[in-house]
Amino acid sequence: MPFIPHTEQDIKEMLETIGVSNIETLFDEIPENLRVKNLPFIPASLTEMELGRLMRERAAVDGGLLCFIGAGAYEHHIPAAVWEVASRGEFLTAYTPYQAEASQGTLQLLYEYQTMMASLMGLDVSNASLYEGASSLAEAILMTVRSHRLHKKYRIFLPRTVHPYYKEVVKTIVSQKEIEIIEVPFDPATGCTDMAALKKLSSSEEVTALVIPQPNFFGRLEEVDTLTDWAQAHGALVIGVVNPLMTSLLKPPGQWGKKGADIACGEGQPLGVPLASGGPYYGFLCCKKEFVRQLPGRIVGRTFDKEGKPGFVLTLQAREQHIRRAKATSNICTNQGLLVTASTIYMSLLGPHGLRQVAAKCHQNLLLLKEKLLLIPGVSLVFEGPALHEMVVRLPTSVDKVLQTLAEIKIQGGLSLSRFYPELNDCLLVCTTETKTNEDLERFAQALARALSDSKKKTIPDKEYCIV
Amino acid sequence: MNKSVPQKLKYSRTHEWVRLEDDILTIGITDHAQTMLGDLVYVELPEPESNVEIGHECAVVESVKAAADVYSPISGEVIEINEALLENPQFVNEDPYGKGWLFRIRPFENDVSTDVGKLLTAEQYTKQVASEAH
Amino acid sequence: MSELIFEQSHKGRSARAQAPRADTLKLTIPSAFMRQDLPLLPEVSELQVVRHYTRLSRKNFSIDTQFYPLGSCTMKYNPRGIHRLAMLDGFLNHHPLSLDVNSQGYMSLAYELQEILKAITGFCGVSLTPMAGAQGEFAGVAMIRAYHRSRNDTLRDEILVPDAAHGTNPATASQCGYKVREIPTGADGNVNIESLRAAVSVNTAGIMLTNPSTLGVFEQKIKEIAAIIHEAGGLLYYDGANLNAILGKVRPGDMGFDVMHMNLHKTFATPHGGGGPGGGPVAVSERLVPFLPTPMIVKVTDQQGAHYRWTTNADCPESIGRLSTFMGNAGIILRAYMYIRLLGREGMERVAEFATLNANYLLAKLKAAGFTPAYATRRASHEFIITLKNEEKELHITALDVAKRLLDYGFHAPTMYFPLLVPECLLIEPTETEPKELLDAFADTLLKIIHEGKENPQWLYDAPHTLPVHRLDEVKAARDLDLVYSK
Repeated sequence: MPFIPHTEQDIKEMLETIGVSNIETLFDEIPENLRVKNLPFIPASLTEMELGRLMRERAAVDGGLLCFIGAGAYEHHIPAAVWEVASRGEFLTAYTPYQAEASQGTLQLLYEYQTMMASLMGLDVSNASLYEGASSLAEAILMTVRSHRLHKKYRIFLPRTVHPYYKEVVKTIVSQKEIEIIEVPFDPATGCTDMAALKKLSSSEEVTALVIPQPNFFGRLEEVDTLTDWAQAHGALVIGVVNPLMTSLLKPPGQWGKKGADIACGEGQPLGVPLASGGPYYGFLCCKKEFVRQLPGRIVGRTFDKEGKPGFVLTLQAREQHIRRAKATSNICTNQGLLVTASTIYMSLLGPHGLRQVAAKCHQNLLLLKEKLLLIPGVSLVFEGPALHEMVVRLPTSVDKVLQTLAEIKIQGGLSLSRFYPELNDCLLVCTTETKTNEDLERFAQALARALSDSKKKTIPDKEYCIV
Repeated sequence: MNKSVPQKLKYSRTHEWVRLEDDILTIGITDHAQTMLGDLVYVELPEPESNVEIGHECAVVESVKAAADVYSPISGEVIEINEALLENPQFVNEDPYGKGWLFRIRPFENDVSTDVGKLLTAEQYTKQVASEAH
Repeated sequence: MSELIFEQSHKGRSARAQAPRADTLKLTIPSAFMRQDLPLLPEVSELQVVRHYTRLSRKNFSIDTQFYPLGSCTMKYNPRGIHRLAMLDGFLNHHPLSLDVNSQGYMSLAYELQEILKAITGFCGVSLTPMAGAQGEFAGVAMIRAYHRSRNDTLRDEILVPDAAHGTNPATASQCGYKVREIPTGADGNVNIESLRAAVSVNTAGIMLTNPSTLGVFEQKIKEIAAIIHEAGGLLYYDGANLNAILGKVRPGDMGFDVMHMNLHKTFATPHGGGGPGGGPVAVSERLVPFLPTPMIVKVTDQQGAHYRWTTNADCPESIGRLSTFMGNAGIILRAYMYIRLLGREGMERVAEFATLNANYLLAKLKAAGFTPAYATRRASHEFIITLKNEEKELHITALDVAKRLLDYGFHAPTMYFPLLVPECLLIEPTETEPKELLDAFADTLLKIIHEGKENPQWLYDAPHTLPVHRLDEVKAARDLDLVYSK
């Protein structure tokens, strides 16, 4: 049995001290009819060596892909130092910092993280993180509801340009309470939230909050100032859902419109967290000072010890589940400590200029890729207007077939939009980050061209289609 | 240590004290309550001119270890709140029956004697606190 | 004294090897969208970053460095081999929205985990998506709600919760729109059956229980409790926080529960990471299967052999929905899978045995040393409670004082003041990966601390003495909020 240190001698002595003759007796309070006789389907144990073999085989099946998918998770270069330091046992195997004196490392790091994230968002405060982007949006929405306790109805305006999976998660989490989610359409020409439609939808009743993505799911940049001012003029709170890495370059939520967005949230993964087949990631949540007591999750504060030395503690805990119980701001118990550790180290390594350079390089690669793809016959850009590192292109044939063809040569060409937006069923969401070289972009463009021409079943199979 | 329970006040089962003067009720939390909570770090008071309902939560007092609801002993309109508590929540600990008062209500009913009559006397409240302790 | 990273900043400094070359960058974004200021991030060299965070790490207690007998948290060894294998390139750099055909490696392992967890827990359906215990609880209660709604059973608006329950239980029930009704615990540490009968009504949607309970003892009348709730039309939710006590010995499905969550970061040894990430998969009985959160993995066998795909909305029309953008904490799922493979069937059965052996041994030692167990006549499960109420009365030293002094001796303190029912309590869970001599040292140290308290209680009030900081002013932290650094 791995990891259990007991020798026969240990067991003997321990049983004697307890006063029983065998370990089984220690389970004598459990009714016999509840005892499991044998466990089916559990394979026999493996040594670490055997496990390594198995895992390497399976990992190889999933590896070696050239990836152009974004859609909420982004491939960025992560300096080796990030995970070398974050994987230290003192970070990796520490618990929640409830005993503050024994957790000053984690607590100080979280305080530094809160500072960096709040500043990145242009807002006053940040919590110590939540599970991931979509659920942090759900928590942000619940915050706006709690802040408007006197409202009779809660109406949250959610643009269709917000990530479709975020919308699904919000519905799951928020539908357990009486909150109405109202979808706001986008302008089919620009791919941005339709201002006229928004005004029409809200003319009848109260607006509790407006959610504004930046960039939006299509990669387009929204008119954040106009939207923010409009919402606040209607007494609504504004929630910005943003890509934190791109926010080093873009106007942050705290500076939107005349008064700034009230809350900012989103997915922290782009900052030093690997794609990792889907998680773990972390969600960030920041807000203006006046909402700090409504912030769910853990928060670290700086204070002093009995000798006047500065130190860090979890604070405002009375709002949390372990004290407030049924009236807690949320049921959340965890923050994504390890991921926040990595992210803080990443942000420290890149610094304000480095982060902007990464974002700018992503954008430059998008421009290059756009040029190459638009040269392919039948490929067109769907939405006009500024975009940072993602775009939607229309293909002349079945997107799914093209993606399958590309997958055979280990290229992930992007995300097919048909299952999310029926009106965009011939469209592909493509992303480039700073990790792509010119050769990568060229290879993708050539492969896409080939895949398109093959699928049209053009005559001469060995003719090469060159892209200049 | 005996907590103070002033004779001339009335008390609720949920540890609020009530003072009735000229049809206005002043409400706070008792010495027992503030001792149980520990040092207060924050007080959330109802909006002035808002309405409160008898038996419903209308304020929150928060310490490091707990956040407790304050229940209204009467239905009425909030006419004044103790704004000093926003910067100095510790007044509730230091002087719970004096400068630690929370808010004042004008009851809706002209004759509040029934509702106020249902509240506990100092003696009854002291008994209740004693029975809660084990 | 550790400066903040910002205080070590020097304008113009950065880790130059890490950012892309700046020379050829040009932007085509109109300035109205652009940020005009710089965010407050440190400007330091790579060595400064490594040194700063390495130094910070050394101020932490962790399983890798200290004994961590935190009750209810199962702080067992987090195997290093698992951490390394979870970071294999094929898993680590894989985008979650890659086509199924390119994701069969991860999907095959996650599918196997789904199947194994069903077998371990005695349930028919598993979803791996909830990202931590609290989210698993949310999914569980939301499924109960969906079940009653699907039967037009709209009167049920109450969830029963023992007064000893973990705070997430009532918080979750409330988040799902339920009223919470507390059931008292008897002096023997079990739920009071008579009070339960009285509390059950047409409004009962269900009950949330842990077994062994948060008091560290086995709820012996669990089948009777299940019968009472089911007869009234309610469902039973199992909080899997204490699964380590019964892993391989008892299955929650067999006890009569309808739904449960597991804590991968407790029972299945995935690392705690200083507060997260966790993993909170849910398992359900037949009647709740349609409501499981999505997506899950389905195995398809055809002429090409076996392959795996994700469920779609068409597969699960009654699902409570998605809980996360992607498919949960994939890296944690992988780690839990690997842990189970390393244990194997034989190892699985041993976990509860040795966790229980260690707990009962430590309990016996502390009893012999004069400490007061909360439930003296009961067996410890994988954890137990001692109460310091006598020490508080006679010596004026509290559980907090003892906990803080333990830190000076290089032991992380046990869970304090939970459950709320037992005054001045310490909830102690040694786990199965700790050796006998360490348990002896811990018991000896606790006794030593009591003696120190007799001689000079002030020494305990001022503890800890040897850590980077002394006791911190938490009142000030909450009153004068200082949550971000400013220059």
